[in-house]
Amino acid sequence: MNRSKGINIERNIKWIFPLPTVLFIFLMMIFPICYTFYISLTDWNIASIIGTSFIGLDNYIDLFQEPRFYNALALTLYFTFLAVGVEVVLGVVMALILNQDFRGKNVVKFLLLLPMVATPVAIGLAWTLFYEPTIGLANYALKILGVPASEWLASRTMVIPSLALVDIWQWTPMIALIVLAGLASLSTEAFESAVVDGANWLQILRYVTLPLLRPTILIAVVLRSIEALKTFDIIYVMTAGGPGYASETLNIYCYHLSFGYFRFGAASSALIALFALVLGFSLLVLWLRRRYEV
Amino acid sequence: MAKANGRRSICILLAFIFTLAIMTGLGPVSAAETIRFVAANHPFHDVIRPLIPEFEKETGIRVIVENYEENQLNQKLTVEFTSGLSTVDVFMTRPLQEGRLFFKNNWYESLNSYLDAQTPAVWNWDDFPESTKQAVTIDGQIYAVPIATEWHTLFYRKDLFAEANLQPPTTFDELVAAAEKLHNPDAGICGIVLRGQRGAAVTQFSSCLYGFGGDFIQDGKCMIDSPEAIEAFKFYGKLLHAYGPPGVTNMSWPQAQALFASGNAAMWADASVLIAGIIDPDKSVVADEVGVAVFPAGPAGRRPYMVVPWGISVGAQSQNKAAAWEFILWATNHVNSKKALLSGLTVARNSTWEDREVVSELYPGLGESSIESGPVGVPYDRPVMTAVTEARDAIGEVIVHAIETGGTGDIERMAREAARKVDRLLVQAGEGRE
Repeated sequence: MNRSKGINIERNIKWIFPLPTVLFIFLMMIFPICYTFYISLTDWNIASIIGTSFIGLDNYIDLFQEPRFYNALALTLYFTFLAVGVEVVLGVVMALILNQDFRGKNVVKFLLLLPMVATPVAIGLAWTLFYEPTIGLANYALKILGVPASEWLASRTMVIPSLALVDIWQWTPMIALIVLAGLASLSTEAFESAVVDGANWLQILRYVTLPLLRPTILIAVVLRSIEALKTFDIIYVMTAGGPGYASETLNIYCYHLSFGYFRFGAASSALIALFALVLGFSLLVLWLRRRYEV
Repeated sequence: MAKANGRRSICILLAFIFTLAIMTGLGPVSAAETIRFVAANHPFHDVIRPLIPEFEKETGIRVIVENYEENQLNQKLTVEFTSGLSTVDVFMTRPLQEGRLFFKNNWYESLNSYLDAQTPAVWNWDDFPESTKQAVTIDGQIYAVPIATEWHTLFYRKDLFAEANLQPPTTFDELVAAAEKLHNPDAGICGIVLRGQRGAAVTQFSSCLYGFGGDFIQDGKCMIDSPEAIEAFKFYGKLLHAYGPPGVTNMSWPQAQALFASGNAAMWADASVLIAGIIDPDKSVVADEVGVAVFPAGPAGRRPYMVVPWGISVGAQSQNKAAAWEFILWATNHVNSKKALLSGLTVARNSTWEDREVVSELYPGLGESSIESGPVGVPYDRPVMTAVTEARDAIGEVIVHAIETGGTGDIERMAREAARKVDRLLVQAGEGRE
C-alpha cells in the first residue's frame, strides 16, 4: 500500500507542510534582496532624462568613493557600539537585580518593560520635545543640576549620544529580559560550590555568573545589534539625519537616496552594502560565541 | 478510517473559512462614482475637507480623502505613480518641488483641453494672475490649478517692538539691529528665528540671496558660489549664530512656528501662509501681538520670493478624470476660495483678494504685504530644476555650516563644491549646460 504510483502524502508530508512558509520567505525576503541587487547594477534614476541601462558595478565604485557613504558608515558603527554597549551593561545589571527577590518586584518589572512597548515614532516625537533646547525638559533638568545647557539634537557632537540615549531607554529592558531568562536557566551547583569555596558576591559575579551567562549575552548582543545597525525610525523622526549630515546613518542615507533623490540604482547599492554589514556583523558575533563556548 | 474522516472534515472546514474570508474582502460593488483625493497636511486640505459633503450631495460623486505630511506625500505619490497602476484621481502638488519631475514622467494629466471644453465660463481661468498660470505651465502644458500663493513675510512681536521703541525693519541692516536689541537669552527670547535645517532652510535663504543680488541658477549654471551668494550665506549664518535660538540647525517651519507661538522669538520670517498657526488663540500665546511686515530689502533691493507653493492636479493614470476635474473646479471656485482666504489660506484668485468683505476680515498687514511684495516678488524660492531635493540638500549644507560658524567658516570652498554638485544634477536631467 505504501508503494502506490502517485505522490505518497504520508511519506512526503515533511516537504508539504513547510511549503507555505518557504514560499513566503522566498517571496518576501529572497526575491526582494535579489531584485535589489539587480537594480544596484543599473542606473535607474527617475529624475534623469537618460533611460535606465545596465552599468555593472559602477554604482559600487561610486559608492566607495563617496565621502557621505563613509560618514554614514562611521556614524552607524558609532551609534551601534555606543547604544548596544551601554544597553548590555545596564541590561545585565538590571537582570541581576530582577533576579533577586524583593517586594514590588513584579511592579518594577512591569514598569521597566513599558519603554519597549511604546511605538518608535511616538517615542521620537516625545523625546524631540524633551530635547528642545529652549522649551524642553532636558535643559531644564540640566539647569537645576547646575550643568550648562546642551544643544542636544542640534549639536554635531551630541546628536549621536542623544539618539543613543533614546535607544538605550527603549531597548535595555529587552536585553534585561533575555539575560534574565538566561540566569533562570543556570544550574545552582556552580554557585553553591563557589559559596562553599568562600567567594564573595563580586568574585561570584566575575568568575561564575558572567562566564556562564556569556552565550546568552552574546545572543542578546547579536539580536540587538542587528536592529541597532538598521535603526531608522527614531533617527528619521528626530533629526532626519541632521544637523547637516551629522546623524545620517547608513539606513537614513539609503532612504534619502531612494525616496528623496529617487536615485534607485545608487540607493540599491548602498542597501546591499548595509545588508552585507549587518550579515557580516552577525556572523562575526556568532562565530565568537561558538569559539568561546563554555 | 475514522482518523482519515476527521482530518478530511477539518480540511473542508478550513477551506470554507478561507473562502468566506476572501469573499468578505471583495466587498459590495459600489454604484456611485468614487474619486480618490490625496492631499497634504495644509490649510487647503483643512478648509476643503469639511465642505466635501456639499460636493458629494451636489454631484453624487463620492470623495475619499487621504492626507499626508508634504514630504511623505511626495514619496507616496512617486512610488504609486512609478508602479503605473495608481488609482489616485486628484492630488495636491508643489510645482516648484516635484513639478518638473512629475511632468517629465508624464504623471500629470494635461489640463489644457479640460480648461477649453469642460469648464463653465463663470469659473474663469483668467481670474488667476498671469504669474501663477506660468508657475503651473511647462512647455505650454498646464498641469495644475494654483490653490495658494506664498510670499516671504516678516512676523514680529508688536509688544516687544513697542517696548524697545522700534519700527519694523525695512532693510537688512535694520533687521540685524532689531534682532540685536531684542535678543534676550536670559528671558528665553531670541532676536530672530529662521529655518536652519539643511534642506528646509533653502527657501527662506532665497530672499536673502536675491536681496544681495544673487541667484540660484543662471543659463543652466549654478550661481551659488558667486560673490553675492557668499555674502548672503555669511549674512544668514551670522544673523542666526548671534541672534537665533539654540538648536536652530534642526529647525524647519513647524519648530520655528512653535517657538514664535510660545513667545520665545521676537521676529520670525517665513511663508505668509504660516500666519495661521500664530494668530490662532488656541495655538499661540502671542496671538494678539503679531505684526506683519514685508521682508526687508538688501543691498540689491527688496526681492522677497512670491511663489505658487501648491496646486491641485488630475492624475494621468486616473480612471475617473472627468469626475476629478469636476472636483477641482468645485474646490477652487469663487465661493470656496473666499472661504479659504477668510480662514487664512492665501489663495491665488485675484477676485477673492479684491472682495471687500474678505479684505476687511484679513489680518492687518497681510493684505498690504501681499500688495507690496507683488511687483517685486521673485517667482521661485529654490533652484528650478528636476532634482530639487538633492540640490536643496547640497545648498543646505553650506547654510548649516554658515550658521554653525557664524559666517566665518570656509564658505567659499563649500559653496563652490555645492555649485558643482548642482551643476552635475542639472546636466544629468538635461537642464544644464557643460
